Amino acid sequence: MSDNLISVNNVCVNFDYQENFISKKQKIHAVQNINIKIKKGSFFGLVGESGSGKTTLGRAILGANKISSGNVIFHDDDKDYDLTTISKDELKEYRKKAQLIFQDPYAALSPRMTVRDIIAEPLEVMKITKNKQETDERVREIASKCRLNLEHLRRFPHAFSGGQRQRISIARALVSSPKFIVADESVAALDVSIQADILNLLKNLRKELNLTYLFISHDLSVVAHVCDVVAVMYLGHIVELAPSKELFNNPKHSYTKALLSSIPSIDPEKQSKAIELTGEIPSAMNPPSGCVFKTRCPNPGHDCKGGDIEMGLIEVSPGHWVDQCCVISK
Amino acid sequence: MEELLKINNLDVKFDTDEGRITAVENISLSVKQGEVLGIVGESGSGKSVTAKAIMQLNPGNTIYNDDAEIIIDGENVIKFTSKEDLMKIRGGKVSMIFQEPMASFAPAIKIGDQMVEQLLLHKNIKKDEAKTISLDMLTRVGITDTEKRFNQYAFELSGGMRQRAMIAMALSTMPKLLLADEPTTALDVTIQAQVLKLMKDIIKEYKMGVIFITHDLGVIAQTADQIAVMYLGCVVEKGPVNEILKNPKHPYTKGLIAALPDVNNLEAPLKPIPGNIPSPLERPTGCVFRTRCPHPTKEGKEGKIDMKLVEVEPGHWVDQCGAKCG
Ligand SMILES: Nc1ncnc2c1ncn2[C@@H]1O[C@H](COP(=O)(O)OP(=O)(O)OP(=O)(O)O)[C@@H](O)[C@H]1O
Ligand SMILES: Nc1ncnc2c1ncn2[C@@H]1O[C@H](COP(=O)(O)OP(=O)(O)OP(=O)(O)O)[C@@H](O)[C@H]1O
Ligand code: SF4
Ligand SMILES: [Mg+2]
Ligand SMILES: [Mg+2]
Repeated sequence: MSDNLISVNNVCVNFDYQENFISKKQKIHAVQNINIKIKKGSFFGLVGESGSGKTTLGRAILGANKISSGNVIFHDDDKDYDLTTISKDELKEYRKKAQLIFQDPYAALSPRMTVRDIIAEPLEVMKITKNKQETDERVREIASKCRLNLEHLRRFPHAFSGGQRQRISIARALVSSPKFIVADESVAALDVSIQADILNLLKNLRKELNLTYLFISHDLSVVAHVCDVVAVMYLGHIVELAPSKELFNNPKHSYTKALLSSIPSIDPEKQSKAIELTGEIPSAMNPPSGCVFKTRCPNPGHDCKGGDIEMGLIEVSPGHWVDQCCVISK
Repeated sequence: MEELLKINNLDVKFDTDEGRITAVENISLSVKQGEVLGIVGESGSGKSVTAKAIMQLNPGNTIYNDDAEIIIDGENVIKFTSKEDLMKIRGGKVSMIFQEPMASFAPAIKIGDQMVEQLLLHKNIKKDEAKTISLDMLTRVGITDTEKRFNQYAFELSGGMRQRAMIAMALSTMPKLLLADEPTTALDVTIQAQVLKLMKDIIKEYKMGVIFITHDLGVIAQTADQIAVMYLGCVVEKGPVNEILKNPKHPYTKGLIAALPDVNNLEAPLKPIPGNIPSPLERPTGCVFRTRCPHPTKEGKEGKIDMKLVEVEPGHWVDQCGAKCG
């Protein structure tokens, strides 16, 4: 049996773009040649440039985005699901096991449904419970795990604060007993105190319910605290991947270094040490050859400009992977 | 410098099936020309509702108190009802960057068409001029392939691109007052830095007044001149940003600062403020923070001290109950 829950192998996701119906079709290279393994029970962090393909990759792993090439395999205890060849029935099964926590707790919850109905909906849609009594029991169980008050179940979402709503969406995502959760910017809109509270909740639930997370976030300080392994994305590629402590203490890729230096701080002194990036952000329709970060890199090596070194990760120390161009060119 | 916006004693309530919800209670704030007021506070503390009140964008079930004033350029906009008057604020003198960029773009209209249309509505310019301004703004917020992005729909952009397009649209009309609701939450920190710099330049160049809503104290420290900390619909502390961050007096402000993850110590556990925010249907009497206050005074805990800001240092205001406890 594999230690990994998810294997992502050489995955590419492209979108078509057409300016109008007579012009030529172009491709947006949203995700390019991604290889990752997500260990069972881990908190896998995904950070990176806006538009670099984090959401697209997360959705591809959930089977919600078409994969253009490569494959994603979900290693369940008794069988493997290959998302490129998955049948309709299997996809239904898979949806119970892999869930998304939405980014926006306001938009994600229907204002006309009670909290009980919102949490119960996946059970009913996926026909997991047999009758209303069983559904109610399950809803109450998960609600109390997510520290929601049982009397709150009768209420409508508008009566709740953002933090409580986020717990409602977490309860909804967890109610079908999934094994894998993609949390896409799930705490971005919350203030730091509630973020900390929800992250602690996710951490505790991981142990209690045997969960594995893919945690997508812009907030590196949050990622540093909760994730075991972090992958950094830029323009469709993973440019660095390492255990989070290693990544934070010993970043190798120039983009990662810039990211870490730019974390906003309330200390003005730290602020002034931020590496300021200039230069054009390249387009996903027309990515540069070689290192995709070279147009904004503050300290490109001699061989970077030529763009002859193809992108690809190499292991520089156990578990620490860096794009090869950044290693070879220096 | 001249006061651009003055909010006096504003209450915002909503009528709902379950009763009347108080979202904002008795707040007073002001913004001068060229000044950035940062508003921070827990989710649900009333930040967005306050900003929407300025634009008169809260829904039909909203109730304002009779003596509330929201004065922009000498006019009390809360009394505006006619379409012409409302147009003067919405997208004219005032622009808003919304918290949910998806909600602010019409799904079936291309990004570019929306930008151009908005400019034509508020500025006396021709169509191609509007297009040039829009494309230029998109470039300045760091969007590439602007011609192509111009022809795309909102759902085709990533979260962060949508947010930048939104910022470009709001800035393109050069409003006097900019309301930015979590404008950079969906951006990675390097682009965030770039966009913040651009916003600061434009604010200075055009002497805009800005309300900048965010939960990120680091971003506030970089952008704001003044800060107001909100909790459950009330302003509990306000003043110059450096003073408040260095010398916070209210236990809630202190809690927010303590909850910031420490990047230099990854082993340290995250420290949320203990307890839950009460539902807006169950607002505590007296100090709204008393149910979670770590070291309340006896009177404070019993809800006997009314909410009222007092000046503890020049320009530094704290709720009187919070000023007394530890
Ligand atoms: N449905 C779609 N149609 C066309 N292009 C799309 C679609 N969805 C995403 N894209 C494009 O794919 C690229 C990656 O987008 P994605 O949403 O995955 O980025 P992201 O890393 O999640 O960014 P952010 O941090 O801003 O949310 C972007 O260039 C985006 O415009
Ligand atoms: N239309 C409405 N009807 C009823 N209650 C509402 C309505 N709009 C907002 N509220 C309530 O008003 C309170 C303040 O909401 P607001 O959106 O201003 O919070 P916020 O400070 O912007 O929070 P966040 O940081 O999560 O965006 C919340 O309790 C919310 O549930
Ligand atoms: S490969 Fe070269 S251009 Fe790319 S990040 Fe590394 S040093 Fe910079
Ligand atoms: Mg995204
Ligand atoms: Mg808000």
